[in-house]
Amino acid sequence: MTEEIVQVSGLTKCFGGLKAIDNLSFTAQKGEILGLVGPDGAGKTTTLRVLAGVLAADSGSVLLGGQDVLRNPEAIKSLISYMPQQFGLYEDLTVAENIRFYADIFEVSHAARQQREQQLLEASGMSRFRGRLAGQLSGGMKRKLGIACALIHTPQLLLLDEPTTGVDPVSRRELWSILYSLVFEGVSVLVSTAYLDEAERCHRLLLMYKGRRLFFGTPTELKSMLPGAVLSISSPNPEVLRSIVVGEQGVLSAMAMGDTVHVVVDDADLRSTQLRARFEQSRVPFGELRRTTASVEDVFVYAISRQRTQIGT
Amino acid sequence: MNLRRTAAIGRKELIQIRRDPRSLLIAVVLPLIQILLLGYGARLDADHIPVYILDQEGSQNSQALLKGFQASPYFDVVKVARNYPELVRAIDADRCKLGIVIPWDFSERLGDGRPVSVQALLDGTDNNSAQLAEGYATAVVDSYANRIQLDWFSRHGLSQQATVPVSVDYRTWFNEDLESKNFIIPGTVALVMALMGALLSSLTIAREWERGTMEQLIASPVTPLEIMIGKLAPYLIIGLLDAISCAAFAVGWFGVPFRGGLGAFFFTTTLFLIVILGIGYMISVATRSQLGASQYALLVTLMPTAMLSGFAFPIDQMPVAIRVVSYVVYSRYYVSALKRIFLGGAGINDLIPEIIAMAIYAAVIAFFATRAFRKQIE
Amino acid sequence: MDPKPSIVVDNLVKRFGKFVAVNRVSFQIRSGEIFGLLGPNGSGKSTTIRMLCGLLTPTSGSATVVGFDIARQAEEVRRHIGYMSQKFSLYDDLTAVENLEFFGGLYGVTGDALTKGIAWALGMSGLAGNEQALTREFSGGWKQRLALGCAVLHRPRVLFLDEPTAGVDPLSRRQFWDLIHQMSREGITILVTTHYMDEAEYCNRLALIESGRIVEMGTPGEIKRLAIHGNLLLIEAAPLGDALAAVKRAPGVTDASVFGAALHVVVGDQQSERELPAFLAARGIRVDRIEPIAPSLEDAFVSLTGEKPAGDADS
Repeated sequence: MTEEIVQVSGLTKCFGGLKAIDNLSFTAQKGEILGLVGPDGAGKTTTLRVLAGVLAADSGSVLLGGQDVLRNPEAIKSLISYMPQQFGLYEDLTVAENIRFYADIFEVSHAARQQREQQLLEASGMSRFRGRLAGQLSGGMKRKLGIACALIHTPQLLLLDEPTTGVDPVSRRELWSILYSLVFEGVSVLVSTAYLDEAERCHRLLLMYKGRRLFFGTPTELKSMLPGAVLSISSPNPEVLRSIVVGEQGVLSAMAMGDTVHVVVDDADLRSTQLRARFEQSRVPFGELRRTTASVEDVFVYAISRQRTQIGT
Repeated sequence: MNLRRTAAIGRKELIQIRRDPRSLLIAVVLPLIQILLLGYGARLDADHIPVYILDQEGSQNSQALLKGFQASPYFDVVKVARNYPELVRAIDADRCKLGIVIPWDFSERLGDGRPVSVQALLDGTDNNSAQLAEGYATAVVDSYANRIQLDWFSRHGLSQQATVPVSVDYRTWFNEDLESKNFIIPGTVALVMALMGALLSSLTIAREWERGTMEQLIASPVTPLEIMIGKLAPYLIIGLLDAISCAAFAVGWFGVPFRGGLGAFFFTTTLFLIVILGIGYMISVATRSQLGASQYALLVTLMPTAMLSGFAFPIDQMPVAIRVVSYVVYSRYYVSALKRIFLGGAGINDLIPEIIAMAIYAAVIAFFATRAFRKQIE
Repeated sequence: MDPKPSIVVDNLVKRFGKFVAVNRVSFQIRSGEIFGLLGPNGSGKSTTIRMLCGLLTPTSGSATVVGFDIARQAEEVRRHIGYMSQKFSLYDDLTAVENLEFFGGLYGVTGDALTKGIAWALGMSGLAGNEQALTREFSGGWKQRLALGCAVLHRPRVLFLDEPTAGVDPLSRRQFWDLIHQMSREGITILVTTHYMDEAEYCNRLALIESGRIVEMGTPGEIKRLAIHGNLLLIEAAPLGDALAAVKRAPGVTDASVFGAALHVVVGDQQSERELPAFLAARGIRVDRIEPIAPSLEDAFVSLTGEKPAGDADS
């Protein structure tokens, strides 16, 4: 049986009258990447803060590695590393000084620090910048330095709050590549993101909306939630095509992209034929029409819209 | 308390001070500017006060007194007036600040050993200068009168030790030159410590909140005590260095005497800094914003130090109510200690009351400061 | 659609000292087109957009925006464009309506036009009913749409969007792009700078920009086809760590990285692709699934800019 390093049950946190986290339960296993996914204000940051022991909760229980975080937040602090959204770097310290500071704080031995620092800086392509002030790094490099600081003491659990917001694709891949190598070492990662293409990189997902759990499972399980299928229709003028598609029978939603339209339909085969005929009849130019896999974003938007109509907001 | 973590925080703080022009300015330049400004600008001495003298007697004795005024560096005898109205007009027209009237029976009364009063007319528009002028004039007259009396006693064959009454103005107790710079400059060390210490320490925690680094510190095993000590220790060292340079400046540049013990100086300065830094730290913890913190810090440290510590305005000349309030102003004890160390030659043993008062403050502030910071975001 | 180009950029160069921020960049954007400048931080996107807004003078080359020369007619240019930055430039302590009135005032929109414009912007942004609330109380999505309203209140013919949906939730982002597509249909030309791949998918055409140069230009589909030399395969195998190490040493494999519980692998030729399962099996790796997948824009970008993740480059 796999070891559950995070066990959260019935967690609730209110700010004034607002329920930032509402009866939330989930677990994370040793050596997995669990993605906390949701729009702004879904409660992702609050959840990570409670787990990191920097924010008290109102009720529920949080166990990290068997330790009760809500009762004794200090007990878990050497087990975890937490990188807040603003990554906690001292901008007037150099890259090496930042790393040394966090190494001292977590009492990493001198030899271990040197080895780990070299390894982390190389993995993130930052070895050349050891003497540069953190404030003069690009956004992507700041994130990578933030992660290097968070990893200097080999935590069992890494909590990352939106680590890839504002990061270029190359740095983003480097970041993920660092996370996967950690997972191979047995570290567990909880990462929040508002970017849904990133969610597909996680082993399991916790979709949050208004402090509540919308979905908890693998990306594949998530995609199977979406009824029907997604069609991708390439077109020189997707906006026009979209306006035609929206009114058609069996079309649940349609989104114009740059050179394609994403259409969610109830039945792929039936609606492909129907739409093709409709386009030919109204002489709208269109290119390839094919069935595609739903993206996490497709499912997310579907799930939230359904939730909103249920709640009535 | 873990020494390595505490040292890590202290080291980081020192690097940050070194790289932050504003902190450097506050720590290094501001103290020197302050002591220069206060040393020169806020000198309460008035010299070359314009004087009119009306000599109603015109005797050798009255001429001698007149010469006493002429010889004093504090007075310029503008004119010897011919009559009383001329003297009054001169004061009205601001041609002089002080008018001295030597009565017609000046020598006669002196000779009989009867009390003599020399009338002094003062321009009270500038209260401070008026008081000073009065003081100086009294000193000139007293010194003259003493000489006359000594003459008189010796002429009548009386022992001079026996009956010469010596009265000394309180101002001249430790400051016989009557120079207010000696009175003021030791106190400025307190002002510099209050300003520097409060400004820097009030920024330290607020900066971490504003820059978002605090959240990560809270999520680490660092304890509040380690944060406090690590952050304040560099400022204590800077404060002591500033105190040394201020004292050196006071002695070397302004010629203020330093008669007391160095040990007493460092000990009282350390106690004072603990109070100031502790207050700044607590304000920083409470406000979480650099701007707000520095404003509050100046309000609760610099203001009372400047106004109520007796640094420039003597406490015993204040109204009773304010005098009572001044007992709770912690800087009062430091200013008093500084004056007694610089001018009175006091050592630690002579300063027991001040040290006890400051130690109580330091203990109370340290107690609350260690409990002020909670490792929570809310 | 009007075929006349709305923005013409010809050999534009901007140097800062010795540093060449924008290096001979040329492109044309049709009226009503949504054109994306896609590139990492510091690649020259912002400098380009600032020159087109008339805020920076080009070192050499020329450009026109709706027919006006950016160097000589900067004032005219500014009158016809709207600009929305990443940070939204809204006043947090003003209400929605006060922000709109302020930006209307800046562009000289008054009277009836202003009243109508504000009503339209409030309707569009979904803020009707909250127009008297302070801006700081709005969520990211609302702020974004209010900022868009402020930027187009004066009915510009060209709209510049600088990383418009950074930090906005997916639902709001879809609503935002719906609005942008509507504006494009009304004939407004839209130039977007972004380093978000999924944002770039919404553009009709893209220019990938790297170190001040355009490295590729075309529709998102064209770019994806051009960028990947070979086939992108999804491989599900166990143990994954061993599989990654092995696949990097396999013949014909040009790139490999972990993606969730699977690997993404680029294979250069058909021969190698066919031999891959046997190669992995011979090294004790259980292969559960191998299938070709469509490359994403991110795959294309990383491949085109020639950089490989340093963490993967240890083989």
